[in-house]
Amino acid sequence: MDFTYDDEQQALREAVRGLLATTYADHETRRRTVADEPGFDRALWGRLAEMGILGLPFSEDDGGVGAGPVEIGIVCQELGRVLAPEPFLASVVHAGGLVASLGLAEQRADLLGRLSAGEVVLAAADTSPGGRWASRADGVRASVSDGTWTLDGVADPVVGGESADVLVVTAALPDGGTGVFVVAADDVSRTGYAAADLTRAASVTFDGSAATPLGEAGRDAGPSIATISDLTRIMGANQALGVMQSQVRATTDYLKSRKQFGVTLNAFQALTFRAADMYVELELAHSMVDWATMTIAGGDRDVVADAADRVGLQIARSGRHIGQEAIQLHGGIGMTAEYAVGVGTAHLEVLDQWLGNGPHHLRRLAERVTDHDLVEAI
Amino acid sequence: MQLELSQTDREFRDRMRETFTTKVPQEIRDTVLEGRHLTRDQIVESQQALNAEGLAVPHWPVEWGGQDWTDLQRHLWHEEMQRAGVPIPLAFNASMIGPVIAQFGSEEQKERFLAKTANLDIWWSQGFSEPDAGSDLASLRTTAVRDGDDWVVNGQKTWTTLGQHGDWIFTLVRTDTEVKKQAGISMLLIDMTDPGVEVRPIELIDGGYEVNEVWFSDVRVPGDLLVGEPGGGWTIAKFLLGNERVGVAPVGATKRALATLKTTAADQLDDPLVRARIAELENDLLALELTALRVVAHSSDGEPHPASSVLKLRGTVLQQAVSELALDLAGPASLASRAEDDSPQEGWARRTAPTYLNLRKASIYGGSNEIQRQIISRTILGL
Ligand SMILES: Cc1cc2nc3c(=O)[nH]c(=O)nc-3n(C[C@H](O)[C@H](O)[C@H](O)COP(=O)(O)OP(=O)(O)OC[C@H]3O[C@@H](n4cnc5c(N)ncnc54)[C@H](O)[C@@H]3O)c2cc1C
Repeated sequence: MDFTYDDEQQALREAVRGLLATTYADHETRRRTVADEPGFDRALWGRLAEMGILGLPFSEDDGGVGAGPVEIGIVCQELGRVLAPEPFLASVVHAGGLVASLGLAEQRADLLGRLSAGEVVLAAADTSPGGRWASRADGVRASVSDGTWTLDGVADPVVGGESADVLVVTAALPDGGTGVFVVAADDVSRTGYAAADLTRAASVTFDGSAATPLGEAGRDAGPSIATISDLTRIMGANQALGVMQSQVRATTDYLKSRKQFGVTLNAFQALTFRAADMYVELELAHSMVDWATMTIAGGDRDVVADAADRVGLQIARSGRHIGQEAIQLHGGIGMTAEYAVGVGTAHLEVLDQWLGNGPHHLRRLAERVTDHDLVEAI
Repeated sequence: MQLELSQTDREFRDRMRETFTTKVPQEIRDTVLEGRHLTRDQIVESQQALNAEGLAVPHWPVEWGGQDWTDLQRHLWHEEMQRAGVPIPLAFNASMIGPVIAQFGSEEQKERFLAKTANLDIWWSQGFSEPDAGSDLASLRTTAVRDGDDWVVNGQKTWTTLGQHGDWIFTLVRTDTEVKKQAGISMLLIDMTDPGVEVRPIELIDGGYEVNEVWFSDVRVPGDLLVGEPGGGWTIAKFLLGNERVGVAPVGATKRALATLKTTAADQLDDPLVRARIAELENDLLALELTALRVVAHSSDGEPHPASSVLKLRGTVLQQAVSELALDLAGPASLASRAEDDSPQEGWARRTAPTYLNLRKASIYGGSNEIQRQIISRTILGL
């Protein structure tokens, strides 16, 4: 049992932090980047590929680096710290995760190889309009005729879907169950939009779109879809942790520098106590994130599913607390789009509503409350 | 980063589980698990059983009965003990005065007190707080004036937990009124049977008598019972209070209490609101336990990690929250808390109101939760 990062992990963090700092040294750059096509920095994406970051989760046979969950989590935390809009979570962790888990060897080598090299961007289309975190597809239907598969229906929100080259789509199979398909972006129509945190998503319409089954055609992929969602939930929590760390730091710095009534704000105990409570929430979230990330290495689906719910609930609670207090303790400046703190609060909310919010995870945990006596940490 | 316990630590945990459940009488453990009150004799019996196994004071120096364990092993010891319903060794002895004497005491004091303190042959009380010195402990006014080789003590301590059982009391007293308030404080060990010591009980809101006032009128204390140097009491107090903060969040016991509610109030578990409250608390406790493990992993040289304030703050809040849930689950049955033993209401339900009321103390003592916020905002956040 060990909660410390080893030297290599520490070096990875430094390297990613250093690279991101060259692009997102200030919030203004992020603002300009999200306002422009494609909503992230392609040059930075290319450098992430060169560093091997985009191939971290994938095996060397598939063109990746074969790193573990802790390393992937480190990258997500660093992206979160600067609110980087690059679609690492959507493209590499989520869509790439589906390909790695379900794809045939050639599909993996092709798609993951090109993804790792920064040549294609993937996006996972797994949510129907009004849908809520289901591993069963209902918004998109798959049909097969003469061995050729096509898809019909709408997926929305597709995070990172506006500029993705390839979509990884969950669709209801003709004989029941949910399959996963690869669709070229040229074969769909899509409408892009900005989410509350100004990262890009899309509404994607499939109208007889040509689709290639990922893995064995016609087989139900429900359990794998659920597991990849759980992994993405945990990595999303890593990203949220990075956001919260920045918010707590920004808030304490602000209390030390902002003057009102002739003194810096940290003269007011009502405020320093609230900062202390933010720190408590941050530490609790940090512990849960590290723990949930570590459960992945054990390879037990049920354990990971449980960890995803637990960290999801914790992040929802801590994120609301820290995100709201960060704005409140900054006063008016926290409300502005030009200041990172409030945008961080928007990002936390987008992550949660995309990957699973507090009530969702709480409901699932509540259903299982009688399955155990004590919750075992180790 | 790695989650599994090593083979050694797993065996260690199994050994703890085995020892706790076989060496400490079932009746004592049931009393703890059901949230009933322990008698003085039960507390002594339990600690002596642990001490016989070398498990009462593992965090002391090895030469005085401690164990050469890792921080993680100490954590496992603490958690498994609570899980098994074994009473935690009396904090005043095991976590407070024992480590103080081992660190600051004279050889003579060590020989005289440490073994008996570990074995609870001496029951210690903590005489720090006074009516006008609570959070601002350094403003204390009980005085000790030199007279030949002795000190003559006058004044009043209060909130002395279980002082009615106390054999000895470790006190902070003012030995110098001329200097800065912290610099004039010393620690004196006082035999509670000495003439001039008087213990008066205080009734608390749960109807119990666990705290007392302790009055000192011209109590003569031999000079060799001062710990460390005259004027060194404040340094010792800070050392002691730092240790107190670490041990004070009973995560294991709170987890156990919550799990027990799932059995005692099983008939209410089809209520989704009840399930949600339990699930939320279980998650909060998991986050806290993991934080304790992280803090343990980072604490060096036995210095408390500043984040131990997080454990105290959050641990007491969750301890209180579980007691609130218990009270809500008990409902009208909780009114019968002071009914006779033949009450038709279930025992667990009758205990919920006093327990809820009693546990309000947890966020006041051991450095109130406001003081913990102050430590976090100053020491950690630099505010
Ligand atoms: C059940 C129980 C058992 C105890 N056992 C012992 C014992 O065995 N031995 C012993 O020596 N003492 C014991 N204590 C005393 C305990 O340590 C004190 O109660 C504690 O230090 C708080 O002091 P106070 O009660 O005087 O409250 P005060 O210090 O007067 O505080 C009143 C309120 O003001 C807040 N406050 C105080 N200062 C500040 C500040 N600077 N900023 C913000 N808020 C502040 C406090 O948090 C509290 O909410 C016990 C207390 C209780 C309730």
